[in-house]
Amino acid sequence: MKKVLVCSLLVLAMSASAFGAAFKIGGTGPLTGGAAIYGIAAMRGAQIAAEEINALGGDVQFDLRYEDDTHDAEKAVNAYNALKDWGMQVSLGSVTSKPCEATAAENFADRIFALTPSASSAAVTEGKDNVFQMCFVDPNQGTASAQYIGEKGYAKKVAVIWKNDDVYSKGVRDTFVESAGKFGLEIVSETAFADGNDTDFSVQLTDAKDKGAELVFLPMYYQPASLILAQAQAMGYAPKWFGIDGMDGILTMEGFDKSLAEGVMLLTPFNADAKDEKTVKFVTEYQKRFGEIPNQFAADGYDCVYAYCQALTQAKATPDMDAETLCPKMIEQFTTMTFNGLTGENVKWSKNGEVTKDPKGMVIKNGAYVGLD
Amino acid sequence: MTFLNFFISGISLGSIYAIIALGYTMVYGISKMLNFAHGDVIMVGAYICFYAVVRYGLNPFLAVAVAMVLCSVLGIIVEGLAYKPLRQAPSLAVLITAIGMSYFLQNTALLLWSSNPKVFPSVVGRGAFHMFNGNLSVSHITALTIIVCLVIMVALSLFVSKTKMGKAMRACSEDKGAAQLMGINVNATISMTFAIGSGLAAIAGALLCSAYPTLMPTTGSLPGIKAFTAAVFGGIGSIPGAFLGGLMLGVIEIFAKAYISSQLSDAVVFGVLIVVLLVKPAGLLGKMTQEKV
Amino acid sequence: MTMRRLINLKRAEARRIYLTYAIVIAAYIICQVMSSTKFLSSSMRGMLVPICAYMVMAVSLNLVVGILGELSLGHAGFMSVGAFSGVATAILLQGFIPFAPVRLAIAMIVAAVFAAFAGFVIGIPVLRLKGDYLAIVTLAFGEIIKSILNNFYLGVDSQGLHFSMLSDTTRLLPGGKLIIRGPMGISGIQKIATFPAGFILLMIALMIVFNLVNSRSGRAFMAIRDDRIAAESIGLDITKYKMMAFVMSAALAGSAGALFAMNYSTIVANKFDFNTSILILVFVVLGGQGNMLGGIIAAAVLTILPEKLRSFSEYRMLLYAIVLIVMMLATNNAEIKEFLSRLNPFRHKEEA
Repeated sequence: MKKVLVCSLLVLAMSASAFGAAFKIGGTGPLTGGAAIYGIAAMRGAQIAAEEINALGGDVQFDLRYEDDTHDAEKAVNAYNALKDWGMQVSLGSVTSKPCEATAAENFADRIFALTPSASSAAVTEGKDNVFQMCFVDPNQGTASAQYIGEKGYAKKVAVIWKNDDVYSKGVRDTFVESAGKFGLEIVSETAFADGNDTDFSVQLTDAKDKGAELVFLPMYYQPASLILAQAQAMGYAPKWFGIDGMDGILTMEGFDKSLAEGVMLLTPFNADAKDEKTVKFVTEYQKRFGEIPNQFAADGYDCVYAYCQALTQAKATPDMDAETLCPKMIEQFTTMTFNGLTGENVKWSKNGEVTKDPKGMVIKNGAYVGLD
Repeated sequence: MTFLNFFISGISLGSIYAIIALGYTMVYGISKMLNFAHGDVIMVGAYICFYAVVRYGLNPFLAVAVAMVLCSVLGIIVEGLAYKPLRQAPSLAVLITAIGMSYFLQNTALLLWSSNPKVFPSVVGRGAFHMFNGNLSVSHITALTIIVCLVIMVALSLFVSKTKMGKAMRACSEDKGAAQLMGINVNATISMTFAIGSGLAAIAGALLCSAYPTLMPTTGSLPGIKAFTAAVFGGIGSIPGAFLGGLMLGVIEIFAKAYISSQLSDAVVFGVLIVVLLVKPAGLLGKMTQEKV
Repeated sequence: MTMRRLINLKRAEARRIYLTYAIVIAAYIICQVMSSTKFLSSSMRGMLVPICAYMVMAVSLNLVVGILGELSLGHAGFMSVGAFSGVATAILLQGFIPFAPVRLAIAMIVAAVFAAFAGFVIGIPVLRLKGDYLAIVTLAFGEIIKSILNNFYLGVDSQGLHFSMLSDTTRLLPGGKLIIRGPMGISGIQKIATFPAGFILLMIALMIVFNLVNSRSGRAFMAIRDDRIAAESIGLDITKYKMMAFVMSAALAGSAGALFAMNYSTIVANKFDFNTSILILVFVVLGGQGNMLGGIIAAAVLTILPEKLRSFSEYRMLLYAIVLIVMMLATNNAEIKEFLSRLNPFRHKEEA
């Protein structure tokens, strides 16, 4: 009995020393349920980054842990608390917007710094000095899309289809509609869908078609968008299509007929087909491990860990500092530093935690992204 | 013409609800339980079809046959493991077990097939019949769905009224104890019902994902609930009722989206359901049971 | 039935009620002490308020399912009505009542009133139906409430309250504030829900339900559940009693919703969907229909269980499903029950 006790104590001590030199970094995201695709992608991206950094053996080492929040604010707070019990020093917030709003409030109260990969609603960072985003904030995407379409003269008459019970979709739609007039766009058709009636889009498409929309704006994730494209083709409707970053991933769906997406334009910070060295390396590694092509959530997760690595190194932080000590250091770093990642070059953050990076206009040609400019 | 187009969309969506609802109704009729895992069997069926076609290059119709067989086996296993031991238990206990089963199937699917949506290859391609100078179009899959739905409805009605097994099912549904005394193997009959219901679910899965081609571990759950509503709408336990309820639900849903509000269509659908049940408390074609004093 | 047996039955019933109170109070004291001595992990501390809310939900649904014998699949709808009306009230009162516990209490009362009203309106059609048809209509109302709240906008400015449906057309004056923002729900909620408040709400819920069950009305409820026709034939006004239980249950669910919502900084209508209604039903069925203590324990166990399964990472929800199925089989299958009772060395002789 004694021997067992000694042995287990030894094991405990060893694991503590092995991880003692690493920063405990934790995030929550939907790893099960309907939104699992986003959470799992962000987690895997972050995992690859953490392992790459650890393999280099630099001063900053990471001990990464992701907890499941099933895309629910209540479970996200539970998951956050579990991470806190584990000793999380810096946080990756939550992957999806509403859960992240809830965990961000906890981050703020506990003074644990957070950088969320993909929770894009404005309420995530609002009034919190220590919560930052890696992705565009929703309102920016809406305005940027309207500006892009208007200034490039792609269309005058525009239809919008959005997912009404999704914060992300609704947030982008609201600012798009608000700013459309400013850029000379006329919104002729506005139709929505929600969970539970997100399979048949004949009504929405007919409305857009009958009202003469030349371009249909799709502020949504790629799964419903793929259905919309297929159904539009079946009814012989071929407007221009314009999507946002959630559209990224459509080309890599297993079994997807890429000709359906021909000519679709989208604003996205990440593109898995890019030929730069960083992207190729990441995509190859991701594919090797998980047998799938990464989407923008994976890229955001990857970038978050690298941004942390840069900030922690520059701040000369050590893993024995507690979360409260690290928090002001991270705020200082993130508001001053410039970061180059998969999802953008010269990325900067404002005082309120929003990111500034250039959205890239892309168009799908022959089943691959091509820059719009 | 727009109206007619919407009507056809509604019938197409409705036929899928109807096929799922037929499975619900079969199982409900005999075991008086709401099998909430039914929607997830649909998902499993669709995944089997997907892998059979995309990974193993099987003919789509053969793939559906394989999925039917495997889903029937799954139905029998689920029934035997989770529902059979609760035959004497209160019906609510069985309901909760069915929900547990639904979670189980969804999470198993998530682990086996990942959360990435798959695009389902249509069993009949993506073409359409165009009529009236192209003003009215009916896609092949819509036509196929409607035909399959009709065939299944007629076949099931005949099966239940004419064959020995069907009569045994009706007997069990009336009174299990009396059926047993008449020499009917109640357990085997119930297993058979689950097998048929699950086989239908596989067909529904293939059609659902052919018409609306994305497939995820949660694909079956919401259509499952809608179809359950459809079954009640038509009068649960009644085969023509499930058919009618499914079609009507689909048409109402599309019309509500088109002519009332695309944001409130679910509220409208459920509102109509409530009104129908108030006027006809046992659904459109359901039997009003006489209360014995 | 002899008089003596009746008296014994009454005594047993009273014992059960006191036992329920005693266990709830003891559990509260233990948790409070552990929480204040930092013995409780953050994870457990964070779950105290939602567990209280779920317990109240279980007690309130038990009134409909266990005592009245009607299946309701839309109970989360009342929770939702309570959550939104309660939080909106708390936000409106922010400037007038600085003392948070009073604001919380008022919010919970307003939530109860709104939910009770919803219960009354829904009860009129629902209670005319029976069995599975009644169940499906409650499900339908739950979905309708969710759908409406997902399209409801409420704002306040110097002119008073403004609301709109489908899109935000409230046209608030400068300085106005949009409180409920359709599908985005409510953001920036002050977290004023506390564990003691949850405990008090649970005690109030228990007192209301026990008093109701052991009153004339309670006996009427059970008479209706056991034999509706017989109850009707002795002149019981069935609709009145059913409505009473239904409205009371909705009111309690509303308060629980307000408590729950004010434990998080944000709330959306989609949280209170069919799955949440089912979750609460699971508490009731697992705890035993009509058994308040059982429902309370089941609510605690099933809320903590998925958190304790976190070490299984991706197999967590799969294990949860298996545990749920096994628990249902173990508590409801006669053979397994007998087997388990044989294993129990402390079993009572009369049960054997």
